Amino acid sequence: MAAQETRMLLKYTDEPGYTPDIGCYIKHGGYETLKKALKLKPEELRQEIKDSEIRGRGGAGFPTGVKWGFIDYKSGKPVYLICNADESEPGTFKDRQLMYKDPHQLLEGMMISAYAIQAKLSFIYIRGEMFRGAKILEQAIEEARAKGFLGDNICGSGYSCDMLVHRGAGAYICGEETGLIESLEGKRAYPRIKPPYFPAVFGLYQCPTIVNNVETLCHVKHAIDMGGKEFAKIGTPGNTGTRIWSVSGHIQKPGYYEFPCGGITMGELIYDLCGGLYPGRKLKAVIPGGTSSKVLNAEDRYTGKLKDGTPFDWSINDIPLDFDSFVHVGSMSGSAAVIVMDDSTDMVEALANINAFYAHESCGQCTPCREGCLWMNKITSRMMAGNAKETDADLLHSVSLQISGRTICAHGEAAAWPTESFVDKFRDEFLAKASGNASAKPESAYRLI
Amino acid sequence: MNEQETAKQVTIYVDGQAVQVPAGMNLIEAVAQVGKEVPHYCYHPKLSIAGNCRMCLVEVGSPMRDRQTGEAVLETDGSPKIGWAPKPAIACAEQAREGMHVRTESNLIKDCRNGVMEFLLVNHPLDCPICDQAGECSLQEFATDYGRGYSRFIEEKNVKPKRTRLGPRITLDDERCILCSRCVRFCDEIIGESFLGFVDRGSYSTLTNYPGKDFDSNYSLNTVDICPVGALTSTDFRFKMRVWFLKPTKSICTESSVGVNTEVWSREGKIYRITPRTNNAVNDDWMSDSGRELYKQVEADTRLKEFRVDGNRVKLGEALDRVVELFKVDDRVAYVGSAHASLEEQFLLKQLVAVKPGPVSLAAHEQDGDGFLISNDATPNLRGALVTGLIDQKPRPALPELAELIESGSVKLLFVVNEDLTQLGITEALLRKVDIVYLGTQKNQTSRMAKVELPMLTVFEKSGTFINQAFRLQKFHQVVPGPAGLLPDIHILSRLLGLFQGIEPKPTSLDNLWQAMANGLPALKGHAFATIPDEGVLLDASPYKHINFCEGETLHYNPDCTT
Ligand SMILES: Cc1cc2nc3c(=O)[nH]c(=O)nc-3n(C[C@H](O)[C@H](O)[C@H](O)COP(=O)(O)O)c2cc1C
Ligand code: SF4
Ligand code: SF4
Ligand code: SF4
Ligand code: FES
Repeated sequence: MAAQETRMLLKYTDEPGYTPDIGCYIKHGGYETLKKALKLKPEELRQEIKDSEIRGRGGAGFPTGVKWGFIDYKSGKPVYLICNADESEPGTFKDRQLMYKDPHQLLEGMMISAYAIQAKLSFIYIRGEMFRGAKILEQAIEEARAKGFLGDNICGSGYSCDMLVHRGAGAYICGEETGLIESLEGKRAYPRIKPPYFPAVFGLYQCPTIVNNVETLCHVKHAIDMGGKEFAKIGTPGNTGTRIWSVSGHIQKPGYYEFPCGGITMGELIYDLCGGLYPGRKLKAVIPGGTSSKVLNAEDRYTGKLKDGTPFDWSINDIPLDFDSFVHVGSMSGSAAVIVMDDSTDMVEALANINAFYAHESCGQCTPCREGCLWMNKITSRMMAGNAKETDADLLHSVSLQISGRTICAHGEAAAWPTESFVDKFRDEFLAKASGNASAKPESAYRLI
Repeated sequence: MNEQETAKQVTIYVDGQAVQVPAGMNLIEAVAQVGKEVPHYCYHPKLSIAGNCRMCLVEVGSPMRDRQTGEAVLETDGSPKIGWAPKPAIACAEQAREGMHVRTESNLIKDCRNGVMEFLLVNHPLDCPICDQAGECSLQEFATDYGRGYSRFIEEKNVKPKRTRLGPRITLDDERCILCSRCVRFCDEIIGESFLGFVDRGSYSTLTNYPGKDFDSNYSLNTVDICPVGALTSTDFRFKMRVWFLKPTKSICTESSVGVNTEVWSREGKIYRITPRTNNAVNDDWMSDSGRELYKQVEADTRLKEFRVDGNRVKLGEALDRVVELFKVDDRVAYVGSAHASLEEQFLLKQLVAVKPGPVSLAAHEQDGDGFLISNDATPNLRGALVTGLIDQKPRPALPELAELIESGSVKLLFVVNEDLTQLGITEALLRKVDIVYLGTQKNQTSRMAKVELPMLTVFEKSGTFINQAFRLQKFHQVVPGPAGLLPDIHILSRLLGLFQGIEPKPTSLDNLWQAMANGLPALKGHAFATIPDEGVLLDASPYKHINFCEGETLHYNPDCTT
């Protein structure tokens, strides 16, 4: 039987007649979980989240319960909760669905989280371009405040926490949590050095702060609703819950798809859910988790051992869509944004496009990322402009290795890994560019402006 | 941090070599304890940690422990097994912990440094031969240590503004800027006011002023000192002289009683610039822009350069004979000392007073300080006048008592050091009633009316000591020779003293003089010029506790809790 979606977060979103207003949400059982949560102790809720084994959906897949456990309560400073709604990783468009179509689910998840970590104030930092989303959220917050689901004395519990929407101004780096915090403080979004600025200790205004992704916070609602242990039964061990995958590229039905972690494979996603490739085309490569994750060559076999020692031998189609499997095959699930490339793709051109993005988005603070990103971009642009050299492949690879692991924030890796993996996996194409210089396109096509 | 914490020492291992350092010391400083340098650009000991240049990457590790038993895991040879962190860490932000291991010379670290150097240079103009920083540029220096020697970069370099005026004294070359943010942090953290910031992103990031805000702080030139490259330049010094031709001499700034430690840079008898000299008890690494201008007094048109008697040029001997004569005519003398004079000069003047007694006055020169490195006292050595016993109380800005003494005819001769009495409440009409001997560096109304003019040397032309507001005894050294024919002031004063005492005048050296001072002045007991350390030495301030000095709080100085 063909693989299918199992929707939890997106359960109602695309149903006809489902609207983002609070009335509709309540009609569908909304805010009942919050009421239930407020009757429990914050520690109990935190334990439920630990038991649920939810992993962050923002990119790094870090266990949310563990993250909450780092909060420095001893400092006596106020604790803040921030929802990371900056969604800017190329290929990713799942948080947008959650915010635009079911904003109260996010608000409920946030208020439960806020109560669980005893936040004094909560924020939604939303990507600047999503101005309609900001309006929707602000409207939803008004509605929820009017009904006593946030603000003063929530549901008569005695706990108070308000919520503010803050719009970014269009920089990818504002999605990196410490850059986001700087930006929220009104400064240039220069990510902070860690140590010492771990958000759970020195976050917003140097107070303990939790930053979680939109989808993560929506999951919190469901984990509390069904109980942490029950939630952990969805998916596979260590890869719990459902997850929303954004699929784009050379595919019949691009879109967002929700199913349990590890519930289906890459092949099933591409061929069953997304209707397969365009007629007559062959799969060439897949970027599994947003452009910053390492590209996978469709021709390769992926072998190794799983965590429990079981050997695996997969084609690209066999890879289960969860957190760990993509680490096993040398990449990551990142923001769960699958970009499909068929045999019509010029891999140098694809990389040139990606490099233009990261060179444009590097905040410029630290040397390797600042200079390395632009250098790689200049090289791939030149290659596309018909001036490729045979040494470019090695040079690109070497430059990328001089960036990753040496920067202030993970933008370094985000920018270096595409180049490293494209050259690794499609080296011949990069070498061949030098002999095909004559048929090149003008350089200006690969400059982001 | 309380004392106990600061005192706590930990053992760390730098490339295997054990060393004791205070817990929490950053690894750049800690590694320096074994005589090794971790190359760095953005780190500055007096500024917050930015961690942006990534030049200081090192590997860190700690002894591994068994998860279950908690016991140390050992290598086959019995030595503790070290668990190395998977990624290199920046030494500037990493703090020393007990048992920590640090690698500064591994292949990974060499590769990191080479990588950062290459990145810093790809968009750098690399025209050291025409760059002002050449010779004192850390980029140039580390490039020779860690650079590839050839460039793999064949793309076009970024183009940025080459000559941006940031403020009245600062010019920026953006192409040379390595975006280390030292200058930005200096303004935010030390000046306490934001002037500079970055615009644009990535490799196009550009340093600039806050919109519409001139970088006109009186501390702006410190950014030139701390800029590791030739990006920030002093508009005044820019392209005037190659630094390797210049010789630095340790000196003390005379702008105020703070006693900022300086280095004065000269070549062939000419001064080109003054920069701050680190003294963590006085001025840290900073000095004012105005203090850097003071060397210009050396070549001022108003400089006194000749010994004169009754307006006629004479030799020193004749001038001194004339002074003796004036004393013989009428020795009802009054002295006006100076808090600008060195401790040695004040001491000799006090000796003179002992031989030829007369009332001594000294004028206060108060100003509105800035609460940082310019105090409310515009003189460098008021405390010296107290220590030498020239005065015994806080001076006032005018000298009405002296005016009265002249008015009443009880004073007929004035021996004036460095002051223009017409500025201190004594009219020209009054001055005409007395004979004046004037010792000073600059011409003024008083020198013009003097019977004898004895030109003095500026602080740059002689050596000596000052005592600052905190009673810190600090020495300065001769940077350049004085104008032809002039002699050190201590020489003039001791010759004069010799004449009065009937002793054969012999040349005075600072060392001889200090023997007499250490014997004669309790506060200086046990000190000698040669043994005063470069950072100065604190004298006992307790005898002067009762004096309510004019200074308020400045860096490292709080008038309410002086020792
Ligand atoms: C360059 C960069 C961009 C990022 N952008 C986003 C983003 O747009 N949205 C997001 O949720 N997390 C983003 N992250 C990850 C955040 O730093 C952070 O890990 C995440 O918000 C934590 O939430 P989670 O634990 O719920 O995943 C980004 C990270 C980096 C390094
Ligand atoms: S890695 Fe890139 S984005 Fe992150 S701080 Fe450094 S320059 Fe900025
Ligand atoms: S800043 Fe340094 S490396 Fe750059 S041109 Fe000047 S001297 Fe050379
Ligand atoms: S001007 Fe100099 S001090 Fe300022 S950021 Fe640039 S390199 Fe650093
Ligand atoms: S000195 Fe610049 S990162 Fe450490």
